[in-house]
Amino acid sequence: MGPIGENEFFFLMQGLKWTVLLAIVGFIGGGIFGLLIALLRTSQKKPARTITAGYIGIFQGTPLLMQLFVVYYGVALLGIEVNAWIAVAIAFTLHASAFLGEIWRGSIEAVPKGQTEAANALGLHYVSRMKDVILPQALKISMPATIGFLVQLIKGTSLAAIVGFIELTRAGQIISNQTYRPLLVFGIVGAIYFIICWPLSHAGSGLEKRMAKAAR
Amino acid sequence: MTYTFDFGAVLDRAPELLWASFGTLGLSLAGMLLALVIGILGVVARTSKSDITRTLVIVFVEVVRNTPFLVQIFFIYFALPLMGIRLNPTVTAIIALGINGGAYAIEIIRGGVESVSRGQIEAGFALGLHKADVFRLVVLKPALRAIYPSLTSQFIMLTLTTSVCTSIAAYELTSAAQRIESDTFRSFEVYFTVTAIYLVISTLMMGLFALVSRRYFNYPTR
Repeated sequence: MGPIGENEFFFLMQGLKWTVLLAIVGFIGGGIFGLLIALLRTSQKKPARTITAGYIGIFQGTPLLMQLFVVYYGVALLGIEVNAWIAVAIAFTLHASAFLGEIWRGSIEAVPKGQTEAANALGLHYVSRMKDVILPQALKISMPATIGFLVQLIKGTSLAAIVGFIELTRAGQIISNQTYRPLLVFGIVGAIYFIICWPLSHAGSGLEKRMAKAAR
Repeated sequence: MTYTFDFGAVLDRAPELLWASFGTLGLSLAGMLLALVIGILGVVARTSKSDITRTLVIVFVEVVRNTPFLVQIFFIYFALPLMGIRLNPTVTAIIALGINGGAYAIEIIRGGVESVSRGQIEAGFALGLHKADVFRLVVLKPALRAIYPSLTSQFIMLTLTTSVCTSIAAYELTSAAQRIESDTFRSFEVYFTVTAIYLVISTLMMGLFALVSRRYFNYPTR
């Protein structure tokens, strides 16, 4: 057995950096495409609704790990020289956009119909109706679920370890193999995830309770 | 682009994929059952008079829900042998899936139980219903109906999570995919096919759950 010293801890922190970066890229990329998905999913055009429904269904009906593998090898097939980091970031963006798209679709539909009708009556066109009337209200409704998904995404980045990406979990695995202290190392790794995720979960459920009270 | 797809190499291994699909279904079914048992026990324990018991359940739920399944399965895989328990990867995977799903089930079931209001129960008694009938018709059925959507989508999530059990070499679809990949070098084709199989499994499960829901919970509430 080896000791867990400064070097090992530094290595874990290096892994943590990639975990956080992956989560941020996935969340921002997923947010941008997710908004597009949500708008298409709630549009008047049936083909747009059908295609986005299929997109969401595929990503919600298959394991994230498989999505990582398919994108990882699929991007390589396109003949583009990409490193693992970009392939994994693309996969997380696609994954997050499907889930955020579905969450935001629900929120857009939860905004009372009268709001859309009032905006129409005022002569607002689609962009203004969405940007100024519907989306601000939908954003507020979606906050608890959006934060909940962010926690899922942060935990999901651990799967990048299986395609050979050195983030927090993979760093822990490497140190565990070097030091023969799996319980201590995975205990520390788990604790780091907990420290990041727990406050977020707490904020999400707190918001949900406050909104439930306000609605009553 | 000069790549030519070759799904033939993957289709040659169809029997293996079929058996591995049963492995995935078996893992998820056993995981679901264990999660349900942990969920019910957890909800009962949360109503305990002992502060320690209640706190332990809350800590269990929070820790499991805020750490990745991959870290949990590694922890369990290495912790059990230290306690003198040597189990094969499949049983270890079921325990990990059950613990993970159980933490979510506790929260879902608790919400359902709390949703049945006191007045409903009193109304049931006032109508002259028997105690067993009040439990079955006034408490259980509405509570089940309330938790059914979240519980079943959690179960589908659990089925998709079984793929991570490949990390401890449990027998299921993803580990079969990795085996076939290393034999054929047809990475994309293998993972594409297996992803499609997962989609079929989760879609069938969704359909089955919806069918059950229509059969048992298809009555107006107000």
